[in-house]
Amino acid sequence: MTRRILGSWLVILVGALYFFVPLLGTFEFSLRYRRGVYSFEAYRIVLGDPRFHATFLYSTVLALATIVVGILLVVPTAYWIQLRLPRLRPVVEFITLLPLVIPAIVIVFGYLRIYNSSSILPLTGSARATDVLLMFSYVTLAMPYMYRAVDAGLRAIDVRTLTEAAQSLGASWATILLRVILPNVQVAVLSGAFLTFAIVIGEFTMASLLDRPAFGPYLQLIGANRAYEPSALAVITFAITWSCMALIQVLGRRTPGVTAGAH
Amino acid sequence: MSSTASTQTAQPVAPAARPGRFSWELLGVLPFFLFAFFFLILPTSFLIVGGFQDADGRFTLANIRDLFQPTILKAYWISIQVSAASSIGGAILGFFLAYAAISGGLPRWVRPTLLTFSGVASNFAGVPLAFAFLATLGRTGLVTVLLVSLFDFNIYRTGFNLLSFWGLALTYMYFQIPLMVLIMAPAIDGLKREWREAASNLGGSAVDYWRYVGLPVLWPTLVGTTLLLFANAFGAVATAYALTGSSLNIVTILLFAQIRGDVLHNQNLGYALALGMILITGLSNGVYIWLRARSERWLR
Repeated sequence: MTRRILGSWLVILVGALYFFVPLLGTFEFSLRYRRGVYSFEAYRIVLGDPRFHATFLYSTVLALATIVVGILLVVPTAYWIQLRLPRLRPVVEFITLLPLVIPAIVIVFGYLRIYNSSSILPLTGSARATDVLLMFSYVTLAMPYMYRAVDAGLRAIDVRTLTEAAQSLGASWATILLRVILPNVQVAVLSGAFLTFAIVIGEFTMASLLDRPAFGPYLQLIGANRAYEPSALAVITFAITWSCMALIQVLGRRTPGVTAGAH
Repeated sequence: MSSTASTQTAQPVAPAARPGRFSWELLGVLPFFLFAFFFLILPTSFLIVGGFQDADGRFTLANIRDLFQPTILKAYWISIQVSAASSIGGAILGFFLAYAAISGGLPRWVRPTLLTFSGVASNFAGVPLAFAFLATLGRTGLVTVLLVSLFDFNIYRTGFNLLSFWGLALTYMYFQIPLMVLIMAPAIDGLKREWREAASNLGGSAVDYWRYVGLPVLWPTLVGTTLLLFANAFGAVATAYALTGSSLNIVTILLFAQIRGDVLHNQNLGYALALGMILITGLSNGVYIWLRARSERWLR
């Protein structure tokens, strides 16, 4: 029995080494900017870079827009499927899983061909329209996670009774969705939202191919040209991802039955 | 609209819409289907159809045939190898980690800690992940330098290079292992204690238990998840691009270059390249979903 426990600790130790050494390595590397002494110089430079501010702001706004559109798309659909159209559930579930099946680079390749400036719907024609297209591409990326989180949340509550109660009090569909259903799946929606934020904030492929000034392409640019700043950026990005996930865990714990359900 | 739809339980739902009669209820999911059509299905179909057309839009199999030229074939092959290495390695380590944390007799805090961490690490991919491994195992990375100064052992003398096949596979495992842990954990939870007790009551050893109970129950999840990890690595772009630039010729990097600048000098061949990728990720995901349905028989 003790041999088994020793073996388990050994496995955990190997895993912990594999996961923590790169984090430690990144942090150590990010402090090496000045020869011979550890300093936060690389962070100072990165945080003072106007391109950092611009791209980070851009990606943050895009992430928030993605979250709003994602919620508006997923919550009513999942609600309606649960309430009225359960026979369509397999179809909708299959579609929400498609972004995991079709690589992101393929999806954006298709966008570039269909929505180019000479097509009927030239979404890549202007910068603003391309922003919208990039936002839609992020909605597809986040959809598998968003849908699963919201669907799990809806299954945990009695959608039918809540709807009927609201209807008998004379509520409209908009009122039901916004003031009855949404508050009840708040935790699930927030989990999906934080996960979406974590995915979108450093996304590289789609932003780069659509040629938008997002944080991911900026990271790549710095990585190709600088020595120590990339590590500082990696530490910052990891801190953001970590706080998003930590928030999901905290939310999940507050409401039993609704887990983060990311994967 | 206020009448109840009278389908509370798992009974087959009475078809609200008969063929030929439009059901107003479908309007509620119209936005979703429109979105899926315009931003998922149409773009993908365009590439699939384009893979079978020549420059003038006529049907041809020439692009598919041209996929079998050495450079493209090699790109697919390296992608398949990197994905296989990182998914099998990730699956093995991920399984043992999940098993150790859940059934390994460790303190109770290990399990939630591991699962929380896995949730974070499985999303730590892309460009920052490449930076992290460069800072650790690159030529001046922490581990490389420490090994030289402490043991006078230079990993780069052994032929190891982070910007190569094994380096990429090792880096991919950083998001593969946690994904494996997250998916395997519920499956390992599903292995009931009574089964192990029953096996030992009947005189079976630990090996017998795994041979006749554990593995038969778990293998669909094990194989299925490995395939999911495979597809996950196969479609990855950012990590590889930031790590190796374009020095490692994997298929996503080739497609990236093709989208940027038509390096194959044939737009339709580019579509066929994408079609090949969809085929490979679609196939491995399809088998994953099929195996997953199988495994749910036992793991409830």
